[in-house]
Amino acid sequence: MAMLEVKDLEVHYGVIRAIKGISFEVNEGEVISLIGANGAGKTTTLHAVSGLLSKSAGSVTFMGKDITNLAAHKMVSLGMAHVPEGRRVFSELTVLENLKLGAYTRSDKKELEDTLNMVYKRFPRLMERRNQIAGTLSGGEQQMLAMGRALMSHPKLILMDEPSMGLSPIFVEEIFSIIRDISAEGTTVLLVEQNAKKALSIADRAYVLETGNITLSGDASSLLNDESVKKAYLGE
Amino acid sequence: MSFLNYCINGLSLGSVYAIIALGYTMVYGIAKMLNFAHGDVIMVAGFVIYTMMNSLGVNPIVAVLISVIVCTALGVTIEKIAYKPLRKATPLAVLITAIGVSYFLQNLALLIFGSDTKMFTSVVKVPQLKLGEIIITGETIVTIIACIIIMVCLTLFIKKTKAGQAMLAVSEDKDAAELMGINVNATISLTFAIGSGLAAIAGALLCSQYTSLTPYTGAMPGIKAFVAAVFGGIGSIPGALIGGLLLGVIENLSKAYISSQMADAIVFSVLIIVLLVKPTGILGKKINEKV
Repeated sequence: MAMLEVKDLEVHYGVIRAIKGISFEVNEGEVISLIGANGAGKTTTLHAVSGLLSKSAGSVTFMGKDITNLAAHKMVSLGMAHVPEGRRVFSELTVLENLKLGAYTRSDKKELEDTLNMVYKRFPRLMERRNQIAGTLSGGEQQMLAMGRALMSHPKLILMDEPSMGLSPIFVEEIFSIIRDISAEGTTVLLVEQNAKKALSIADRAYVLETGNITLSGDASSLLNDESVKKAYLGE
Repeated sequence: MSFLNYCINGLSLGSVYAIIALGYTMVYGIAKMLNFAHGDVIMVAGFVIYTMMNSLGVNPIVAVLISVIVCTALGVTIEKIAYKPLRKATPLAVLITAIGVSYFLQNLALLIFGSDTKMFTSVVKVPQLKLGEIIITGETIVTIIACIIIMVCLTLFIKKTKAGQAMLAVSEDKDAAELMGINVNATISLTFAIGSGLAAIAGALLCSQYTSLTPYTGAMPGIKAFVAAVFGGIGSIPGALIGGLLLGVIENLSKAYISSQMADAIVFSVLIIVLLVKPTGILGKKINEKV
């Protein structure tokens, strides 16, 4: 059974039907990518999955549990973390305070220390800057903080929304290699990206979203060679 | 009375404003709304203490504690019934509701206790202090000490506890806080609980200083505490302290040296000047426009 199963999902903004009944699934250990143009509904889909937006129809099942109507703050302890678009770090708090908030649902002090060390090992820069106010970090560092913060909750599934947006090419490379590492260590990844080429290069499977519908899906490697994908998203 | 004496009395009044302003500033910081019913919670505290002491003969300290409990519950209830359903409504709708709640509380008190002024017996039993020319009343001493203790405790609570950090997270970004597993609604409730509990303490101190009580007792101090919060920079806790203290001292000195009728006008003029020079208030955060 799939780890995350989205069935006939519909989301409305007022009277506008933004997501028009999409279905997809994420299996344990996979890196799944949702690609599509601006406004296709990628972020809306992630928000609906993690409970920040209410769904007007359809169902979402996570690890066998129906989470269609579960409040967003209850997802974390089930093992789902969401790295939102635009990082959304708490800019007035320090790096360390941000990371601790990532472990908000965990109460074991010892475990918190261990997790913190693990995150510092993955992101040495966060360790160096742990007492710095998050708002003063560079965009790439904020993205690392947002990812580190999500890892603090020991997620089984991590949703990532446009992690490479607005970053310099060097940081983009680094962020994607980190996503690959996170996946290699056993965390399942659902990745939303506008940078389709990069996303498809690290994904196992992918879904193409177009104005609220899934128009194409399949293995990432075959989508990379698909003529229509090439034309529309890879700029070839 | 000497200049110093006026200043000390001003600090005492300012401490009350500061404690009330904390409620305004915390609720604004977290729920992004102006709770104009906050001042009336002070009045409710006054009547709870008055009833406890005069009709039931309860010990003053116990009466204050009961008023804190009643007001905490009242604050949480107001939030649940009046504000929570409007979480996604326009700020104007919430503001009008808050004014409605304020009138509701005033009229409820009017219905129960009538409009005549009640004599409030001070809950403070500390003797006055005489330092040569300067006389400091027990109420003044207790008020200033209470304000200091509250400020220290609140700062520690926010810096050191998980619930306090959750408050900061919610005040900055509700959705991101929700994604951390923070129950945003519960955090907003907690904020109202703390603010209203503090309003009860402020009510006890205020009524003890002025020894009179009507259903409108909370209205003017409420507005002035709001001014203090804006003055210091709304959303900022140290700002509420500084704004409250400055407002109290300015008000008292104006009464002493200029005119007691003009004191309120002077207070509000100072606010206008501060806002013209520094629109975010003394300690207000600079609003960064991110590009």
